[in-house]
Amino acid sequence: MKRGRIYFNGAVHQVTLAEDGGVRLPDGTTLAEEQAHWLPPVQAGTIFALGLNYADHARELAFKAPEQPLVFLKGPNALIGHRARTARPHDAEYMHYECELAVVIGRHARNVSQKDAYDYIAGYTVANDYAIRDYLENYYRPNLRVKNRDGCTPIGPWLVDAADIPDPMNLALSTSVNGKVTQRGTTRDMVFGIPWLIEYLSAFMTLSPGDIILTGTPEGLANVVAGDEVATEIEGVGRLVNFLADAPTSSSSSV
Amino acid sequence: MHAPRNPALQTGTVYGVVLNDRGSVERMGAALIEAPYNAEPKAPILYVKPANTFAADGAQVSLPDGAEKVEIGATVGLVMGRPACRVAAQDAPACIASYVVAADLSLPHASYYRPAIREKCFDGSCILGAPVAASRVVDPAGLCVRTVINGVDADQFELASLVRSVPELLRDVSGFMTLSAGDVLLVGVKWQAPTAAPGDHVSVVSDVLGKIQFSIVPARRQETA
Repeated sequence: MKRGRIYFNGAVHQVTLAEDGGVRLPDGTTLAEEQAHWLPPVQAGTIFALGLNYADHARELAFKAPEQPLVFLKGPNALIGHRARTARPHDAEYMHYECELAVVIGRHARNVSQKDAYDYIAGYTVANDYAIRDYLENYYRPNLRVKNRDGCTPIGPWLVDAADIPDPMNLALSTSVNGKVTQRGTTRDMVFGIPWLIEYLSAFMTLSPGDIILTGTPEGLANVVAGDEVATEIEGVGRLVNFLADAPTSSSSSV
Repeated sequence: MHAPRNPALQTGTVYGVVLNDRGSVERMGAALIEAPYNAEPKAPILYVKPANTFAADGAQVSLPDGAEKVEIGATVGLVMGRPACRVAAQDAPACIASYVVAADLSLPHASYYRPAIREKCFDGSCILGAPVAASRVVDPAGLCVRTVINGVDADQFELASLVRSVPELLRDVSGFMTLSAGDVLLVGVKWQAPTAAPGDHVSVVSDVLGKIQFSIVPARRQETA
């Protein structure tokens, strides 16, 4: 089952994928994908993200793949839905997309072993974890000014039930910009796989339903500019579209 | 399966900031321009205290396996009453509904280079006091929180020592991300704050904002998830 959340005709609706590829409202009405205003498919709890979690991407950024996972957190301000616009500061020189498999937790998880980890997953969706490298600083890097900007983490369109994705560690990922493929990879190449990450995190913190883990991105970064249409796609999970728009100011003048 | 340890009423996101007191910046000194930092920080250095860390007065906090001590980052939290997005310093106070005394617990970590998730996000590591209406705080720069460990004064954190004052911090943080009503921004914790160990009783006390008390207890053994 694929489930989404949309705003339509003055209300928020839980929707499912219709047989014709459109969006089915609970009352049976179907819409074309473009007719809905898409929200993130789940009400997010804690949002984890992984840096340098694909060996090829770490190499691309001139890093050795880490021995410990590089985990950082985001707030809900970062998330926006499918087909939304993300602001690109016009003074930024290098803003890139990151296609990532997002794991949504379904049960409270504490001290979960790798072998049981899949039992705690509600489902999967697609995220695009944009970064603006101009704002990188070497403090709690990647710092929140790079990774927690409003609307800079599109997510969706669908939450796909875990049962429908028998092997999330073997899915093709790709990104295309204005229809041209720029990033290709497979979740097989994760340095720290999904069960390992759930064991690691749940060893010191309780995970809750709605928590989301963005599992990192493979190589193939490219700068994107206002006006670009960026589609991040994961086999069997979905195709997430985002539009970049010019933002008048990037930040407060003092920093 | 067990209930989540989240007895506090906090529902928004809690953000904190390091290196926002002049004493910590001075003590780190030249290290800030050496590797791995290579330059003094420009923007506020933020971190997130996620929902599993929220705890209230009276909490018993167990440390992750293998941890023997914990830094007590005594501080003050600004509770947003309305969204703060690109606010000017002079408009910042109007966004603050209340202030809370807070203890941000961290496993000691010498380096600020990488996000410190294991060190800062273990269950129960963000103890928040009861909110005090902003109208009762005449001047946030006059606030002071004391850390008391087993009845002995261990440290004092004065908001007069902030690198970015409360309005300046809100201006600079809201310059790149929106704080929503109910979100909390902790105004700073000291580098290498005093430590406590299992068995210790800790209070964080402010004359204006009141007090929180909590205990550090031995690590919970492996339990059924």
